[in-house]
Amino acid sequence: MTGLLTILILLGITIAIWQMVKIFDLAQVNKDTSQVANDGDNKVQGYLMLAFLGFIYGITIVSFALWGDLPLTSNSASEHGPEIDRLMVISMTVIFIVQTITQFLLHYFAFKYKGEKGRKALFYADNDKLEFIWTIIPVIVLAGLIMYGLFTWTDIMNVDEDDDPLVIELYAQQFNWKARYAGQDNVLGKANVRLINLDNANILGLDEADPNAQDDIITTELHLPVGQPVLFKMRSQDVLHSAYMPHFRAQMNCVPGMITQFAFTPTVTTEEMRLNPDIYEKVKNINKIRVNKSKKLQAKGEEPLDSYEFDYLLLCNKICGKSHYNMQMKIIVESEEDYMAWLQEQKLFKNSLVQN
Amino acid sequence: MSAQVDTHAHEDDHGHHPKETFITKYIFCQDHKMIAKQYLITGLIMGVIGVLMSLLMRMQIAWPTEPNVIFELLLGKWAPGGVMDADIYLALVTIHGTIMVFFVLTAGLSGTFSNLLIPLQIGARDMASGFLNMVSYWLFFLSSVIMVCSFFVEAGPAAAGWTIYPPLSALPMAQGGSGMGMTLWLISMAIFIASSLLGSLNYIVTVLNLRTKGMSMTRLPLTIWTFFITAVIGVVSFPVLLSAALMLIMDRSLGTSFFLSDIFIQGEVLHYQGGSPVLFEHLFWFLGHPEVYIVILPAMGLVSEVLATNSRKPIFGYRAMIASILAIAFLSTIVWGHHMFISGMNPFLGSVFTFTTLLIAIPSAVKAFNWITTLWKGNLQMNTAMLFSIGFVSTFISGGLTGIILGDSALDINVHDTYFVVAHFHLVMGISALYGLFAGVYHWFPKMFGRMLNKNLGYIHFWVTAVCAYGVFFPMHFIGMAGLPRRYYTNSNFPLFDDTTNVQILITIFALVGGAFQLVFLWNFFYSIFYGKKAEQNPWKSNTLEWTTPVEHMHGNWPGQIPHVHRWSYDYSKPGHDEDFVPQNIPLKEGEEESHH
Repeated sequence: MTGLLTILILLGITIAIWQMVKIFDLAQVNKDTSQVANDGDNKVQGYLMLAFLGFIYGITIVSFALWGDLPLTSNSASEHGPEIDRLMVISMTVIFIVQTITQFLLHYFAFKYKGEKGRKALFYADNDKLEFIWTIIPVIVLAGLIMYGLFTWTDIMNVDEDDDPLVIELYAQQFNWKARYAGQDNVLGKANVRLINLDNANILGLDEADPNAQDDIITTELHLPVGQPVLFKMRSQDVLHSAYMPHFRAQMNCVPGMITQFAFTPTVTTEEMRLNPDIYEKVKNINKIRVNKSKKLQAKGEEPLDSYEFDYLLLCNKICGKSHYNMQMKIIVESEEDYMAWLQEQKLFKNSLVQN
Repeated sequence: MSAQVDTHAHEDDHGHHPKETFITKYIFCQDHKMIAKQYLITGLIMGVIGVLMSLLMRMQIAWPTEPNVIFELLLGKWAPGGVMDADIYLALVTIHGTIMVFFVLTAGLSGTFSNLLIPLQIGARDMASGFLNMVSYWLFFLSSVIMVCSFFVEAGPAAAGWTIYPPLSALPMAQGGSGMGMTLWLISMAIFIASSLLGSLNYIVTVLNLRTKGMSMTRLPLTIWTFFITAVIGVVSFPVLLSAALMLIMDRSLGTSFFLSDIFIQGEVLHYQGGSPVLFEHLFWFLGHPEVYIVILPAMGLVSEVLATNSRKPIFGYRAMIASILAIAFLSTIVWGHHMFISGMNPFLGSVFTFTTLLIAIPSAVKAFNWITTLWKGNLQMNTAMLFSIGFVSTFISGGLTGIILGDSALDINVHDTYFVVAHFHLVMGISALYGLFAGVYHWFPKMFGRMLNKNLGYIHFWVTAVCAYGVFFPMHFIGMAGLPRRYYTNSNFPLFDDTTNVQILITIFALVGGAFQLVFLWNFFYSIFYGKKAEQNPWKSNTLEWTTPVEHMHGNWPGQIPHVHRWSYDYSKPGHDEDFVPQNIPLKEGEEESHH
């Protein structure tokens, strides 16, 4: 029904425009019927250009006012997070300034120099000095941004093995995630998808003969001890996936046939994050939205939505097939003790195999 | 190097051509002006399909899993009960991207205007090879038909994203669309690339060899410079995509392992060993990135021309404009890795690509500043084409600036593949290039069809489009920075993103209104072809040679001799002349100096 209505409305708009133009044309019968802009058009369009500048500024302000809390530029939960956030804010500020000035010049000139019959434009073809200036300014600004960016990037991507990071494998398959902990020895057992044996529940293809594999632990939730560096080794068994952990400012693709890696140190536990004033507000707002949605659902006789509680998430961020939109894993950052306690409850690989 | 065609036979038009039939005039035509029109109309049809797909996607994202009659009507079995299927959503994502990038903004934009303007603006009777030109169009037509047909195969069209990364695109068991749909996609693209190469080679040869007497490279309008360099980039990079496509076909059908290794899917291990999907990404983006410049450079050329003509001023910094085109073309071939910062390639490569990528901002900034300065102290004639050109500069700046964030590897970690990327490239290459296309159509419509487009309809079209384009893509940056991944069929499985729902709905409303108002353009376009006001020979008082040809099209373009060129194309409002324009074929007055030397 809504579809039919939309089509009818579109049809109505089309007819209205057609009629409007007919009226425009009729009104101009005795005047200028050429389809080239005249002084009147120049004037109207010039003012509209000025109005459009207002629109661009307006939508910028409205967006920041309404959705300024959405961007992830604060409350990062990893050690390198604030570095990325700072670089992001600096870049955004530069962009914002350039955007404001150039859009002003563009639209203001379009308004100021709107054409009039009989006036002649200034013949102004070149100015080497001016062009040099606006080549060199971007060069300097960009040089700064490039340097800052490269230092940050190198800092994030260089894994310091001396930190003795906790090694965890993130294993991707259509359409879920698994985590594999290296166990006591902190060395992941050898693995290859060719060794997968569903009959004895060797689902990640670990080498059953490898001593390092015996104490590995496979889980469907990712628990991380706060304050300890973690080195993630990513693997995929079927297609490309991407392990995206937005709150930790971390992402790396999972590529079948090779092992990729990304390291970071979580700094804020899930519990602490839930109490963070910004996050608290965000969750409250989301729950308000969910309650409203639930009311509509219940009116239709459907199940209401669950109340939302904040959790860190690992999302798939590389198109991977039909259920790509729902490939996620919960991440829990907790104290060392809680983490150890949780780990104790998990089954070791050697004990998880089914004997036939 | 001023190439000339000195043979008398070419300089004069003999006027006795073989008799034309309907088929040789409208279908298998070798005249560049007709081929341009064929490209344009095919491009427009593909554009309607591509935009319609984006509207379906937007409706799905705003109102996920709600039954919608339009879905049922247009998608048939892919929307049982009016609820869109997740597979077809990804197919829409894929085919929308493919159609818009290649079929609309490459063939529809560059194909149309390179064909129309190269011979007319350099003073040539036609393309170097009319026959190849015709073959190029018909290959494009064939590839369009195959691409559209792929929507009707049993398991659905290709659905692995327009980047068709393997293994998803290589394995039919990974996704329904990776069966027959992907085969058709690959065949269609292979034919498209052949078409594009034939076209590009023709453009290059024509520009280098068929310029009229006096038309030196530094007197060429910027349109020709951009078409020329675009063709060069195309010739350099499209063959790499072709090879990637062929290797993918071999992986799919002949059991090779170029891109595949160690795969376990649906309970079985596949035989592939030793290949790497990352190799495909390298090959794909070696075309994929230059491709965005293949799309945007012709738009830049058209906009430069329209801005100068309608400002009644020379384009500011002509030589700097050419230099920046060359710089962009060169840099565009060494930045592809910025699409792959987190693909698993060596982080050191990421550093290199960050460096080269941010360098591209410099020539881009020079261009933007030069356009703005072109307006300064002009006498702006606000024709629709001018509005779209100003709009182009606006969206090019807005979209281009966020490239500084995405090109920075450290920042890309957290916004990669989110809506932030979607907002960025739609503004900087989607909307901008479309504006370039519209500017071109509004400006050269009189040349193509001998009639004028209605200006009031043009104004309505521009303003609604301009407002809606920002309405769609400006807020999108915010949901992207919130960490919302693109290509999700619905976000309702992530309560985390519930606070973006209202933004999504707002975006969709802007998209629907903007999309609907493209009908105004289509109406104006097709109505004016037949009933528009008859055009004068040079309605915009422009300097370039195409406006010295008769309004009625003829083979060979000029009835008598090809005009000789005596000056560059930007002598607008030159002191010492009564009119505010001096066409290129007017000899220098005694004592007059050529402007830009």
